[in-house]
Amino acid sequence: MACFLVPAAEAVITTVAAKAARSREKGSEIRDVLPEDAACGAVKIPLSRRLTWLSNLLWGGSGLLAFEHLWHGEIVPWFPFLSAASNPADAAEMLHEMSTAGVSMAALVTVVWMGVTAVTSLKGRRLSAFRPKLKA
Amino acid sequence: MTLLTAVFAAIICTVIWYRNAPEDEMKVGILCWIYWGASLMWFVDAVFEYMELPSEFFNPAPADMLNDFFLGLSAVAVGLIVWLIILLIKDPKGAVKAALFGKKEQADQGLQGGKRNEERNKANP
Repeated sequence: MACFLVPAAEAVITTVAAKAARSREKGSEIRDVLPEDAACGAVKIPLSRRLTWLSNLLWGGSGLLAFEHLWHGEIVPWFPFLSAASNPADAAEMLHEMSTAGVSMAALVTVVWMGVTAVTSLKGRRLSAFRPKLKA
Repeated sequence: MTLLTAVFAAIICTVIWYRNAPEDEMKVGILCWIYWGASLMWFVDAVFEYMELPSEFFNPAPADMLNDFFLGLSAVAVGLIVWLIILLIKDPKGAVKAALFGKKEQADQGLQGGKRNEERNKANP
């Protein structure tokens, strides 16, 4: 009914967090993953880039889900824009769906993103451990 | 069907992205994020649907399947439109800018001028 609103809200938060992290990283020494940089600097993917991955996943998913809701007539072009919000019984059902399916969607996307982040961090660490041996 | 369509779209986009990686001139990576995000969310939706009606989940009516397939294809088309808009706005090749303002010609002229200067400098150090 309106389950996409939960990941969309998380997408807004992560977008803001990514922008804040990017502005903080501007002056720092953390560099992007580049082979030539790996020899002299830290092989580390910046937090802002990792947060952008999460926000891309969340925006993409919630955008297409919003389209699905539009297809099924659950989003309407007049106030309150959600057909379920017009009467209390449907609104209660909508809130229940948001708290179950919506939260699960946001949680699954976040867990998958955490997995991707963990794997890339591990690979980056292995690469930085391997670099000095290559140089020697 | 919607979930399956989104998953196939995500896999195809990821393969295309991987073939050209690390270069991503066409910004196919954006499409991967969009379709994988949608696939994960529709997967959760499918799990909840299965928990509600386990017997009907694997035996859908043909009309419902067709409708879901249309929905999946339409969602893929929406994703492609979003990607196209982002591609044209970001314009990594500078093609839109060149087509609108003729900047490529100016840039090419500038490049040729620079090369001519280099040759002149080599000839007369």
